[in-house]
Amino acid sequence: MNVELSLLILLFLPLVSFLFLSLNGKRLSPALAGMIGIASLSVVTVLSLITAYGYFFEYGSVADVYQKLEPIKYEWLRFNENLSIDLGVLLDPISVVMLVVISFISTMVHIYSWNYMHGEERFQMYYAYLSLFTFSMLGLVVAVNMFQMYIFWELVGVSSFLLIGFYYTKQSAIAAAKKAFIVTRFADLGFLVGILLMSNGAQTLDFGVLIERLSVPSSPFTIAMSTGATFMGMSALAWGLILVFIGGAGKSAMFPLHIWLPDAMEGPTPVSALIHAATMVVAGVFLVARLFPIFAISAPDALEVVAYVGAFTALFAAVIATTQTDIKRVLAYSTISQIAYMMFSLGVAGWGEGHNEGYTASIFHLFTHAFFKALLFLGAGAVIHAVHSNEMADMGGLRKKLPITHYTFLIACLAIAGVPFFSGFYSKEAILSAAFHDNKLIYGVALFTSGLTAFYMFRLYFRIFWYKEAKADHGHGHDNHESHTWAMNIPLILLAIAAFGAGYIPFGHFVSADRSQVELPFHLELAIPPVAVGLIGILIAYMFFVKENVKALNVQQSFGAFYKWAYNKFYIDEIYLFVTKKVLFNLVGRPAAWFDRTIVNGMINGSASITAFSSESIKKIQSGNVQTYALYFLGGVLVVTSLLIYYFQ
Amino acid sequence: MNLETLSLLRFEWVIIGIIFVLLVMKLADADAKVKPMLTAINVILLANFLLGLVPMSDGSLFNNFFRSTSLIVLQKNILNLGVLLISLTAYRYLSNIKNQIEYYILMLTSLLGMFVMISSGHVLMLYLGLEMSTIPVAALVNYNRKQRNSSEAGLKLIFSSAFSTGVLLFGISMLYGAVGSLDFTTIACNLEVNALTLMAFAFILGGFAFKMSVVPFHLWTADVYEGAPVSITSFLSVISKGSVIFVFMSALYSLFGHMEEAWLYIVSILAIITMTVGNLFTLRQQNIKRLLAFSSITQVGFVLVGIAGASAMANSSVIYFVLIYVLSNVAAFGVIGAISDTNGNETLSAYKGLYKSNPYLALILSLSLFSLAGVPPTAGFFGKLFLLTSGMGNALYVVLAFASINLVISLYNYLRVVKTMFMDEAEIELGKVETNFPLNIALIVCATGLIIIGFIPAIYNYISSLSYGI
Repeated sequence: MNVELSLLILLFLPLVSFLFLSLNGKRLSPALAGMIGIASLSVVTVLSLITAYGYFFEYGSVADVYQKLEPIKYEWLRFNENLSIDLGVLLDPISVVMLVVISFISTMVHIYSWNYMHGEERFQMYYAYLSLFTFSMLGLVVAVNMFQMYIFWELVGVSSFLLIGFYYTKQSAIAAAKKAFIVTRFADLGFLVGILLMSNGAQTLDFGVLIERLSVPSSPFTIAMSTGATFMGMSALAWGLILVFIGGAGKSAMFPLHIWLPDAMEGPTPVSALIHAATMVVAGVFLVARLFPIFAISAPDALEVVAYVGAFTALFAAVIATTQTDIKRVLAYSTISQIAYMMFSLGVAGWGEGHNEGYTASIFHLFTHAFFKALLFLGAGAVIHAVHSNEMADMGGLRKKLPITHYTFLIACLAIAGVPFFSGFYSKEAILSAAFHDNKLIYGVALFTSGLTAFYMFRLYFRIFWYKEAKADHGHGHDNHESHTWAMNIPLILLAIAAFGAGYIPFGHFVSADRSQVELPFHLELAIPPVAVGLIGILIAYMFFVKENVKALNVQQSFGAFYKWAYNKFYIDEIYLFVTKKVLFNLVGRPAAWFDRTIVNGMINGSASITAFSSESIKKIQSGNVQTYALYFLGGVLVVTSLLIYYFQ
Repeated sequence: MNLETLSLLRFEWVIIGIIFVLLVMKLADADAKVKPMLTAINVILLANFLLGLVPMSDGSLFNNFFRSTSLIVLQKNILNLGVLLISLTAYRYLSNIKNQIEYYILMLTSLLGMFVMISSGHVLMLYLGLEMSTIPVAALVNYNRKQRNSSEAGLKLIFSSAFSTGVLLFGISMLYGAVGSLDFTTIACNLEVNALTLMAFAFILGGFAFKMSVVPFHLWTADVYEGAPVSITSFLSVISKGSVIFVFMSALYSLFGHMEEAWLYIVSILAIITMTVGNLFTLRQQNIKRLLAFSSITQVGFVLVGIAGASAMANSSVIYFVLIYVLSNVAAFGVIGAISDTNGNETLSAYKGLYKSNPYLALILSLSLFSLAGVPPTAGFFGKLFLLTSGMGNALYVVLAFASINLVISLYNYLRVVKTMFMDEAEIELGKVETNFPLNIALIVCATGLIIIGFIPAIYNYISSLSYGI
């Protein structure tokens, strides 16, 4: 099969499946709808593996440098001679890696949901939405052009909105869906303005041409954008990139735009695994990676912003994660923290040999994280499925009841904690070594965070599977709860294999900033500190949580106010609420509405009655009103006149 | 009366012909059988629209009082399409009232006025067209004569419109005083920027701004929209507004081309105020027609951003946007009309749980609201994007910053309605809203258009090939 055709099938099969499922909806039996979803995604996975194999080993590289291929491309809208929007498929190492990750995780989630969502009222629609999401996400990563990316970016947001709000009878789910949509939309605005700014400067929207024009310091476009007017000490180019990064930060839940992600956990758990752990939330990292040459060569100051935002978020989210008691929220904050790792890893990278290790490390971590975090979420889903609660207090001692979940979850915890021989160790080591060579402060923060990560992950693990047996028994007794959930077990096992083995891929051979094949250096002396802090974290978690005791409580009390702060997520949500509800609505929205109600509208609604529809009352009420209108009208004309004469005479 | 007179005035002749046919129908008591008659009229309007697609040569008549270009033909036909769609959505309303033929005669007379206005090459013609398009609408707004707020709305429109006309005429007379002619080309060549012409411009601008509901000339909008029958609200917000946008743009580009710096400044300010105020007032509206009234004010603010681009691209993006805006708003008002005809309720709370009771209508309404909000991949997104890109072309960064913020606020406003339909529980069960064949056709045409227009490059490229800058 030729490349174009297989790519077209790969991209459009999920869309076809979405259209079919959503249009036929209830006419299909749930089983059939599920089968269609799973089957189409399996085909997509096979095709993306074939594409990846072909790209990396057959046609992708010329003289050991991977090429940017555009097998499909057609012009769609033309603004003017220089500026047009194209649609197409761009194959380069990062997009191919993403194709594999997305299709694989999505298939796992499709299979898993077969059991997990069994008996849900809108089972068919659920599969339709999953397909829509997969289509949009695939379209996003292969975009040839900023604009195409933006469109899919928004589509991804819409499908995420639909899936978060899937339990639409639940008030909290509705609120979460709305919050996610609005917060990310707000960030997307930055992205859109960034796109406009950059396309205006480079006179193109095409990624290839854009990077070519803006990453060569001597090109006229770069010079025009990076000299010229500055705002707060940064050039137009740097601001364009920062605005684009704001879009990425919204999707990837970087501080202070992270507030939507923990709430997004209101959606079904497999959805969290797919969208809010493995794929959509790394779109921001992907975006920065996509534009990396421009960041690194022409606007290092913008890259620095990325680095510091990332490092701060990593620490910030990890601190919150240690205090949460809802297991999905712990995982949500852990996701924020891990994505922030990828983000600052890009931020500390530079251009040229010896500096670009961070780039490879970031994508490597993206790759390994997708597997172990999806596994963690799916494991958490299995736990929730068994105990019907998200709260740690209802759990404990589940290792006998859920053996498969227990072992796979343990593998994922070991991977994320960075224990040697598990995948997370290799990617995290690469990130830390990149940070060590570039910025010692960030290295310190990252090291500390990695200790925290090990601690909160094992707190979670011990708290669920050890500790004391939970009192509440939901009628299943002590029988093995997993015996009739084969569709949940298979993905867990497959993902566990990936979470263990993904680290052994020589990632530098496939992905690097300049698309050549590099060797990721391994520094033994740099590997020791993170492993040491990780083990300390695990040890503390072991002492605190393997059996019920008061040690944790004592420590918690000794932190006092700080613990309370962190438990309440540093009150960021409350600050937002204050600004939007109190300040915006009360100070702006309400007076505006009041003005409309009372001044403009009130006179009529308040004083007239139907019987008073006589000429007399018309005269009284109406004339008053129209006079007001006329007054404003005349005022407007006079202000316009005086402004014009003042400025242009 | 030569052949050219016939062909260049084709659109006007056709409308006059239809009006004449309607008069004959009235005399022949055709309205005794309401439904066949409405169908016949809809077919005539469809034929009118299809005829409008036949290409026409450019030219001018009567010493340049009247001109026609391919762009003008396109604009007129967008209006034809809008009137056809509105007529289809009004089917049920019209079957339940009397004097349907007068309804159409008034509407078409107003449309004729707009055609004259769009084609005008002389300020006097422009003025005549503008008046001709307004006065019949005031009667239409008043069509639910039994209802107090409908009559009130009609009176309000006629009073405030008379006032704005006065101001406009004053401006025109000053312009004449300054230039000594009212011919477009003469004015465009001889216009000097001085206190008198600036003042004339400000007064003329006031007249246009009133019709387009630009803040602070917008105060009549919400009351009139709320009081008028739904199909007329739709007509006002789409056809009246669209036609004035076309004329305003061509007046700025050709008539006041020399004054670009000055009007750019004012239009930018008005764009910012209009978007912001429109949005803020939308925030807490509870009446759905009022909500859409304010939101349409916001939309005009965005159009002004596009107009301020002052380039060929700005010209085409505004026309493109108006086309999309016609489809979005007709669809939205179509659904609102169907619901209002069923239970007479026009508050937002009547839309709670609409998705459960009437999924089809809820989906159409959400699609059109998403398009108005500019969410991709609906056509509205492309419309907004092109408008903003035009603004970008003229380096209006402050205006763009405001526009971007307003995009988000407006999203919130529209999402509020969508949320009500999909996620709130109905307080009073609405039951199945009856639709009818013409309404379904109109809604499907609009919905299809909203989905596919953005993906057919030919449409934008065609508009773009006809457009001109300053």
